Amino acid sequence: MMDPQPLLIEHGRLVDPSQGIDRLARVLMSRGKVIAIDPCDDDLPDYHHHIDARNCIVAPGLVDLGTEFREPGREEDETIETGGAAAVAGGYTSVLCSANTDPPIDTPAGVELVRRIAAACAGPRVHVIACASRGRDGEQMAELGLLAEAGAIGFSDSPRPIHNSALLKYALDYCRMFDLPIFDRPVDPDLVEDGVAHDGQVALVLGLKGLPTEAEDLAVARDVRLAEATGGRLHVGPVSTMGSVDLLRRVKQRGIEVTASVCPHNLWHSDEMLRSFDSRFKVHPPLRSDKHIESLINAVADGTIDAIQSGHMPRAREKKMNDIDQAPFGASTLETTLAVIATRLIHTGKMDWSQAIMRLSTKPAKIAGISAGTLAIGSPADCVVINPNETWKINSDDFYSQCHSSPHDGDEVTGRVVYTIVGGEIRFTRRPALQHLV
Amino acid sequence: MTVLALETESPNTNDTITFPTAWKRRHLLDLESLSADEINILLDSAERLKWITGGCRRKLTLLSGKTLANLFFENSTRTRNSFSLAAKRLGADTVEFASSSSSVSKGETFVDTAKTIQAMGVDWVVTRHSTPGTPHLLARELDCCVLNAGDGAHEHPTQGLLDMLTIRQHRGQLNGLTVALVGDIAHSRTARSNMWGLRKLGAHVIVCGPATLVSPRWAELGFEVAHSLDEILPRCDVLNLLRIQFERQKSRPFPSVHEYSNRYAMNGKRLRRCKPDVLIMAPGPINRGVEITPEVADGPHSVILEQVTNGIAVRMAALWLLAGANEENR
Repeated sequence: MMDPQPLLIEHGRLVDPSQGIDRLARVLMSRGKVIAIDPCDDDLPDYHHHIDARNCIVAPGLVDLGTEFREPGREEDETIETGGAAAVAGGYTSVLCSANTDPPIDTPAGVELVRRIAAACAGPRVHVIACASRGRDGEQMAELGLLAEAGAIGFSDSPRPIHNSALLKYALDYCRMFDLPIFDRPVDPDLVEDGVAHDGQVALVLGLKGLPTEAEDLAVARDVRLAEATGGRLHVGPVSTMGSVDLLRRVKQRGIEVTASVCPHNLWHSDEMLRSFDSRFKVHPPLRSDKHIESLINAVADGTIDAIQSGHMPRAREKKMNDIDQAPFGASTLETTLAVIATRLIHTGKMDWSQAIMRLSTKPAKIAGISAGTLAIGSPADCVVINPNETWKINSDDFYSQCHSSPHDGDEVTGRVVYTIVGGEIRFTRRPALQHLV
Repeated sequence: MTVLALETESPNTNDTITFPTAWKRRHLLDLESLSADEINILLDSAERLKWITGGCRRKLTLLSGKTLANLFFENSTRTRNSFSLAAKRLGADTVEFASSSSSVSKGETFVDTAKTIQAMGVDWVVTRHSTPGTPHLLARELDCCVLNAGDGAHEHPTQGLLDMLTIRQHRGQLNGLTVALVGDIAHSRTARSNMWGLRKLGAHVIVCGPATLVSPRWAELGFEVAHSLDEILPRCDVLNLLRIQFERQKSRPFPSVHEYSNRYAMNGKRLRRCKPDVLIMAPGPINRGVEITPEVADGPHSVILEQVTNGIAVRMAALWLLAGANEENR
């Protein structure tokens, strides 16, 4: 990355929960780092770019704990380049890519490939979550040590759960050597068969095969117990049920250090949307009923759920065009997550911006063990500028992502990304040109 | 008001049928979304058409020049033939598409297949599919009329209508009757169509079967849930015995067919505990010995074969009403 001009963001409201800051402040970046908060004019470099962030929020760039860029092998769904463009348009400066590729990323060469392609794109920082099992077969542990050396920052069989309890236990135990987390998508596959929708009244009436909540609750219970037994680092998510929330609340009170995340679509629409039989509402975890949504919102607000992840699972149009059984789970969410959270949680008073940035940036960075989620002096100049009051209508045709299927298409939201800055370089902007100061 | 007069081939001058102006729908997708009035229009029209055609035997020219396409992605003999016969009795042509012999087996999506068929100039697409909601997707994509002939475990509206017509012909009305649907409610589209339709016309509906196949959530929606057939028998005016859909069950939700038929099969002994004028129905195909014994299936209370005839009647009515509404739209 070339050294960009020094960049000064001024007149904005700096919201950085990592430093407990929420006030008007100037942020100066140079050589890819934050070099000063509120520098006096004398300290400014002679020549620098400047962003007027009046009426905007300036925050550490968002960090996504689980996104799918389908390269290599499934480029019809998304490439690292198009997914990256979607990420920065959504305010993300770091994403953790899961290994849902073909072949799955279970070798050091695979990790290297993704990192190289990502480095050549002007998108977010891309980190690799490699396979927990060889070929993602759920049986034999992948070469976690070698993958870690190649730069993998965690392991998962996503979108599949790690069903084999012995494998999960070994992986958690083994990963203590590298201090890396295991990410498990909690589902007991024996209880879901070919389910497509939340196993509630709507699925009953529509005759849709159900995804029962207990399939998730049981998996969360097993996962946290194995994390406790091994002392390994475990992240469960995304979660979508009241039962998961109850379990997490209890184990956290006991001091067990598991973390959990939730997807924005599980905080808004309910399974009622499936009445349209429209496959854009076939997402994973499934849209559940209102009582689950309420429970999840409270859990995000009180910290029982640590992080919000986009749940970006892009799938090509021709795949989502199918009937609701045949169409794959998935949606394009990177570009709408921030707006959905602002609309559903902040503007409704469930949490403030500082808490939201904590769940979207600071905490995910901590879980991933990466240097991000903060604008403290000396940290990477990864930053997002948000207009909190801009109201707009989500139109999936405008997405940078190759996938245009969204459960939020047509929804009116308030809060929009204006600039996304990665390493001091503007990677996305909705404003035409930069103002210069000499 | 559109008045469709019939050909003079019929000797009776009363053989006319007037299009009900209250009917506006172009598609028949489910009974849940129909009003009681709309269901009554369908049943009245079916009864009228059945009478005019001398019990669905005589051929009319009411819909000549129109074409029906059967687009079946699941096996069916009786429903497909029933729709074909209904179309032919009204003078329309039919064309058959079976998924195994069409482009679907070559990887085409079903919406593309349906659009291709529509481009051939058909007026109705009758569709059956293993996935709920497929007729609803077609209705959004196509300009012609769409009729649901069964979508997964969701609905089978013409089956619901023919069951209701059969009951109405025997009892005069549905209001106040107690109707039990017995068997595999979880996987039954026939059950769901019957439940909504019967309730809209004032019947009390009991869903009865093993706890694994009858969700307690139906009670939240106002239906009576029962797990013992013997307990509800004396209260029922109608028993509709549904087939166990082995093909839709991956893991067995009950221990054995032996145990099932022991608890839920309608046999002579159980029949003697019923009201003397109880109606025994089955949507078919029936599994003799599983949900019904031969002495009951072939006995005096059974109206199973009348249901088949009424199937043609309600399908004639549906085709006629939808085509009329589509014409007015244009």
